[in-house]
Order: sequence, then C-alpha cells, then structure tokens
Amino acid sequence: MIVGERKPLGDILDMIKDYKKVLVVGCKGCVTVCNVGGEKEVGILASSIRISRKKDGNEITVDERTLERQCDPEYVDQLKDIVSDYDAMVSIACGVGPQFLAERYPDAAVYPGINTQFMGGALEHGVWAERCQGCGACLVHNFGGHCPIARCSKSLLHGPCGGSSGGKCEISKDVDCVWHLIVEKLAKQGKMDSLRKLVPTKNWSTSRDGGPRKVVREDLKL
Amino acid sequence: MRLSYPTNVKVIQVPCTGRVDIIHLLKAIEEGADGVYVAGCLEGECHYLAGNLKAKKRVKYVKKVLEEIGMEPDRVEMFNMSSSEGPRFAAVAREMTEKIKALGPSPVRSNS
Repeated sequence: MIVGERKPLGDILDMIKDYKKVLVVGCKGCVTVCNVGGEKEVGILASSIRISRKKDGNEITVDERTLERQCDPEYVDQLKDIVSDYDAMVSIACGVGPQFLAERYPDAAVYPGINTQFMGGALEHGVWAERCQGCGACLVHNFGGHCPIARCSKSLLHGPCGGSSGGKCEISKDVDCVWHLIVEKLAKQGKMDSLRKLVPTKNWSTSRDGGPRKVVREDLKL
Repeated sequence: MRLSYPTNVKVIQVPCTGRVDIIHLLKAIEEGADGVYVAGCLEGECHYLAGNLKAKKRVKYVKKVLEEIGMEPDRVEMFNMSSSEGPRFAAVAREMTEKIKALGPSPVRSNS
C-alpha cells in the first residue's frame, strides 16, 4: 500500500486559514488501511479543525466526504455537484488524490492533508516499512526476495558496503542492512552461488530517471 | 455508599473504555466540554484484556491534537480505578473538576 503520515495540524490550519467552508476528502484505498486518510481520520481531522477555529473565535464549516478512491476519475467525479459549495478541499489521500481533485476541478482550491511516504507494508499494527521504490523492473528474485533498491540505503546491487555492522545499516540502528538479510537468506537456502551472477548495470530509464511514467493497457481501454 | 461527586460531571457509559475512540473525545471538546476524562479499569485487569490500554493511547493522541492546535492537553485525561472503588471514582471526579476549573472555561465555548 501507499503509506502516509498526517501533516502537522498547524500546517493544515495555516493552508485553510482564509476559508470559511471546507470539505475534507478521504480515500477508502491505501490510506484507509494505513489509518491516515480513511473515513475515521476524515472525522478526526474535521473535528480538530472545527475545534481550533472555534477556539480562535473564527468558526468554519467543515464537511466530510470519503471517496471509494481518489485515484480513479469515476469516484472523483462524485464530488461534481458539491465542489462549488466549498471555498477549498483538503485531500487526505496520497499525493495522487489532491492532484486528481485539482485536475478534475480546475477552479477549486485543493490542499494536501497528508505527507505521502512510501510503498510498503505493515510490520505490525501501527508500524509500516518501505518495500518498493517502483523502479519499473523488479529484481527481488535475485536477492532472496529482498529488494536492495528500496531497502539498501545506497541501493547497492552487488553486496553490502562497509557500513553494514551486526546486521544493521550505518544510517541507523533501526534500519536492517538488507544485504545482511539477503546473504543470510541465500546461505540458509544453500543458494549463495546465485550471488556470483553478475547483475548488469541497472537500466534506470524504467524508473523515475526515464521521466514521469504511464502504463497503457490497450485491452482494457473502453 | 451514597457518595457525592461534582454535578458538572456527566457520565457516559460504555461497555469498556476500549470502545472510547479519538473522535468521541474530540466531539466532546468540539461541543464545548471544558474537559473530558476516561475512567477505565485498572491496568492489567481489563476484562477484554487491553481495552483500557487502548483508551490510554487514544487519550494520549487527543492530548497531542489539542497541543497542536494550541489548547491545554490537560483538558483530556485518563484515570484507572476498579469498579469496587466508589470513593476513588468520586475523588477522581473532584480532582478533574478542580483541575479544569483552574484551567478555566473551554475557549471553544467562550469564543464561539
């Protein structure tokens, strides 16, 4: 899923300080699963905004809406009859949400309520970690199912650097050295030989280096 | 026991403090409550194992929200007591009432 974190309330309040009627828009996709932008969080953010503005004697109307997804036009479209009722919208979807809202409703003022972090998964309740960097050419099968691009601080493809110590990366004792994990796993599987294979220089043009990307599936187009 | 406690305390019953969510505490503040506290069972004695511990974390979250928007986090509190501790329930009601009185009325009510 795409994992995000709520922006500091002060930042959000500052963005909407001049408005009197705001719509907080949530998303039932990834951000609901990582508890940052679902229906529940929409309610919490809306209430927090109302409390803050009431406290300052500058009341605001904050309505709440949570779309099935903000990354699909048919769901973004569902706001078409109400968008003009609001001075601004705060989207608490990943970075795609506010952009899709702004593209679909060019006259609306749209603000992001969360900071999108990464593509990852839940290690436990309340803890998420990065697992994919979307390089566009998956290689995890070569590395015992671990991705050195997303999980090595230097994205090294040919073994650990000198900063690997006791299974941890030199950047933080909380960060595993993924190369330590790769070697451990392959040794356990008796597949250390597979690391002798030379991995050619990675073609980063499939990643962000090739510019903004697009996927087209002719078979699915209507 | 016929103990008395301040009449300004309005009791809202829930099956377990694990039912109390962030939004419930925020709504009370939003509607103008000067303070709100959760009275849960003693830690380690939750019938549902961890309801009171979850409530404690949610209270902490709401305190952070209040702090972020410039309100006194002390307006929200968590207390623990056993169901047989009537005198403690009354004492906590008095303690919280005094604390909130010292903080004064909620700016949410007085400024709107």
